[in-house]
Amino acid sequence: MKFAVVVFPGSNCDMDCYHALRDVVQAPVECVWFREALPPDVTAAVIPGGFSYGDYLRCGALAKHAPVMKSVRELAAKGNPVIGICNGFQILTETGMLPGALLKNTCLHFLCHDVDLKTERKDTIFSANLKDVVRFPIAHGEGNYYIDADGLKRIEDNNQVLFRYCSPEGVVNDGYNPNGSLNNIAGVLNEQGNVLGMMPHPERAAEMTLGCDDGKALFESILGALV
Amino acid sequence: MKAIAITPEIVAEHGLTPEEYEKLLEILGREPSITELGIFSVMWSEHCSYKNSRPVLKRFPTTGPQVLQGPGENAGVIDIGNGLACCFKIESHNHPSAVMPYAGAATGVGGILRDIFTMGARPVAMLNSLRFGMPDSPRMQHLIDGVIKGIADYGNCVGVPTVAGEVYYETCFEQNILVNAMCVGLMKHEELTLAQAEGAGNLIIYFGNATGRDGIHGATFASEELTDETIEQRSAVQVGDPFMGKKILEATLELIRENAVVGIQDMGAAGLTCSSCEMAGRAGTGVEIDLSKVPQRAENMSAYELMLSESQERMLAVCRPDQFEKAKAILEHWEVGCHVLGEVNDSGLLTVKHNGEVVAHVPADQISIEAPVYHREQSDAPWLGELRSWDEVDISGDDPQEQFIKLLSWPSIASKRWVYEQYDHMVQTNTMVRPGSDAAVIRVRGTNTALAMTTDCNSMLCFLNPEMGGRIAVAEAARNIVCSGAKPLGITDCLNFGNPMKPHVFRQFDRACTGISEACEVFNTPVTGGNVSFYNESKGLAVFPSPVIGMIGVAEDQAHVTTSCFKNEGDKIYLLGPGASHLGGSQYLRQRQHEAQKNGAAGANDALMSSWPIGPCPRIDLQLEKQVQDFLLAAIREGLIASAHDVTEGGLAVALAEACISGERKIGAKIGLNASGQELLIQLFSEEPSRIVVSVSSGQAKAFEAKAAAVRVSAMSLGEVGGDALEIQGAISMGLDAIVDQYDRKPF
Repeated sequence: MKFAVVVFPGSNCDMDCYHALRDVVQAPVECVWFREALPPDVTAAVIPGGFSYGDYLRCGALAKHAPVMKSVRELAAKGNPVIGICNGFQILTETGMLPGALLKNTCLHFLCHDVDLKTERKDTIFSANLKDVVRFPIAHGEGNYYIDADGLKRIEDNNQVLFRYCSPEGVVNDGYNPNGSLNNIAGVLNEQGNVLGMMPHPERAAEMTLGCDDGKALFESILGALV
Repeated sequence: MKAIAITPEIVAEHGLTPEEYEKLLEILGREPSITELGIFSVMWSEHCSYKNSRPVLKRFPTTGPQVLQGPGENAGVIDIGNGLACCFKIESHNHPSAVMPYAGAATGVGGILRDIFTMGARPVAMLNSLRFGMPDSPRMQHLIDGVIKGIADYGNCVGVPTVAGEVYYETCFEQNILVNAMCVGLMKHEELTLAQAEGAGNLIIYFGNATGRDGIHGATFASEELTDETIEQRSAVQVGDPFMGKKILEATLELIRENAVVGIQDMGAAGLTCSSCEMAGRAGTGVEIDLSKVPQRAENMSAYELMLSESQERMLAVCRPDQFEKAKAILEHWEVGCHVLGEVNDSGLLTVKHNGEVVAHVPADQISIEAPVYHREQSDAPWLGELRSWDEVDISGDDPQEQFIKLLSWPSIASKRWVYEQYDHMVQTNTMVRPGSDAAVIRVRGTNTALAMTTDCNSMLCFLNPEMGGRIAVAEAARNIVCSGAKPLGITDCLNFGNPMKPHVFRQFDRACTGISEACEVFNTPVTGGNVSFYNESKGLAVFPSPVIGMIGVAEDQAHVTTSCFKNEGDKIYLLGPGASHLGGSQYLRQRQHEAQKNGAAGANDALMSSWPIGPCPRIDLQLEKQVQDFLLAAIREGLIASAHDVTEGGLAVALAEACISGERKIGAKIGLNASGQELLIQLFSEEPSRIVVSVSSGQAKAFEAKAAAVRVSAMSLGEVGGDALEIQGAISMGLDAIVDQYDRKPF
């Protein structure tokens, strides 16, 4: 069992994810440069946040073509966990591994603050250990989740929404939607449930030294599912 | 190619005085080429040579056991224990930001980042200090939004958290906004790298972005073959490319870590000229470069343009021939282009070739080290006699609550959350204390320590009394560091002033620096570097003197890290430090003045109608301040303190309100001040220094009071934490939600 953190030019949460995995939940982990393929012993992949290729052209649009993504798709096709966080989520929607797209925040600027998230399901490889409401930071300019009406119905009917923005008590409404996401969607799964994309950053909420460790449980859940 | 004749007009247009030109002729022993003239003009500009400021800056205390690198390099370096060092510097980007706010601010961030990583330190935090005109006009709102977006887009993209800063609004910044950016980096002691071109035969490598015509100062004769087309292509302000910034950051750190270079410098102000001269000058060697090897993104660039371009995200490194393959491989890995421009030699000369011709051949050390130095004239400011005093203002009819509400939403006081939420302040997962407290704090990985950092300057006080203002700026920075549980270690300063040729401006500069020096001695915080920005002046009106102090400190134990917000019901609240005696230099009077002048309600002779701030500047007793800070730090280390917040803009009333609402959980306070009428207003709104609001759990109150008494620090009991309102007996009664509603809003 081993994690890979995929690194593109311009990734900047790569070392944060690496630290959370290696030092906080003590999982075997290595960074994999975009030109390489995932090593054969990797069983889970993290596509970290940041600004791959400077967000030039469109967030995630260039990373989609990076050589490493071929092996990420193959890993996902085998049913192994793949998680894209923030820019990683944008990359996974660009590749089509996840449904929908991330538009500009409705306020039209970058937002960095804590949000509360309702965990919609506990029966996934990402969420078994999570609390009903978790607090993670967001830090993005393009996190406004969009999908066409049919697609929205499909992912809702399939229970593919894992996280929604909510109040500290778990109430989901417009007042707690930071960026205009449809149905307050903060994180979605693929149909098979082994690929997750989310805008909030669990790796930034993994240690009490930084004020909150709700995110640790997410990495521990994956670890638990793999062992 | 036609040579350009050097006329007195061309010399003058390059900003060189006839005496400086004489000195140049003496150094060269002949007439310079146009490229050489360009090289001397930028190297002898204030920005590169500090020719007007050096005699004053020399008085700064710059040494101490903690200083690993003082002024003179790209950035200062301080020992923070555990074999680690903190590299930090602040720099201005005022003029570019006033012309193109987005690009100007963004490249300011990019430039200061490069200063830090070229020293071998990984940038771990950014701060910025911003001053704007009043946010009422569409023009100013455009500048404010542009600057903030520029800072955000660059810092967010490179993945360095922007953790602290300040934003002020004053009419004097209407034509000259101030945009100062500070970067803090961490490294191991042995990773410290200096910008020196040592060793004859070593290679000069250029990497990063290609060179264009951006940033070349609008000298019309710049090109030998000047056409209308080339004039149009030239832009005054550089454009930032944060993606390249991130790549050269990683590449540079790897080059240093892998020992693939012997020296490295970024091409910032004055580009290739400054970087090559300074590297050669510092090492006492010579350098020969061929401009034909410089990657170019504009066609037909002249030697003059190539030497003076300020295109961003470009680096110059020196490596031994045996290191070259390794350096090249590292740069290729990061997808950064790499070009050998020439070699280091023992000649002591900077030799520049272009298309097979020698276009410049000048002594490197004499350009960079022997720049002219001036002792400028000084005189008192002509308006000193016009300054009015706080006791000329009738405040007897003022209602404390009404004034309190106005201050909460006064732009310079109101919450800056709308600003810092646009900055990624958590990336790198080290941020322990986020923006909005007294100082930001980041943990130092691999140790149990934490690094505190802040920028501070009260420009209005520096205007009223530059020396006192300079002292207060340092004292306030130290107070913020101590309030967060850390020990102050050193400063960097960004000295923003008007035109130094004006004797009263130079006196402001001289006095403010004296104040900074005096305070740095007391707080044991040497000056490790910084930046001088003169000429922040238009239409004869200079900005308020703004010597912005960037300070860092270390918390020995992460458990000492303290925030400004009240924590628990029933905790006792105290005011540390001296009592208040007047309202001089306060935002209280500034707000009253602004309102009176807007409404035209006051009489023409009223002090409120004065265009100058109302004084006097509060006096600061540095020894008393140090005593208060030492006591607080000791009490924090003993675990006696639940929260600490210093009293600054808006006085005690605003400090208490901020302590109530700045935490994740808002919590009220009940306060009794034992005063009424004017005395009560002074207690509430005075901005006299050396005062700190602390809260202490009721169980530890006795120990705390005894400790304060033992060192003779005044700790006045104010009341206790609790409820959902701020209640100040006989003055203010306001629910926390209502306070937030006033305080936490964008000013436009």
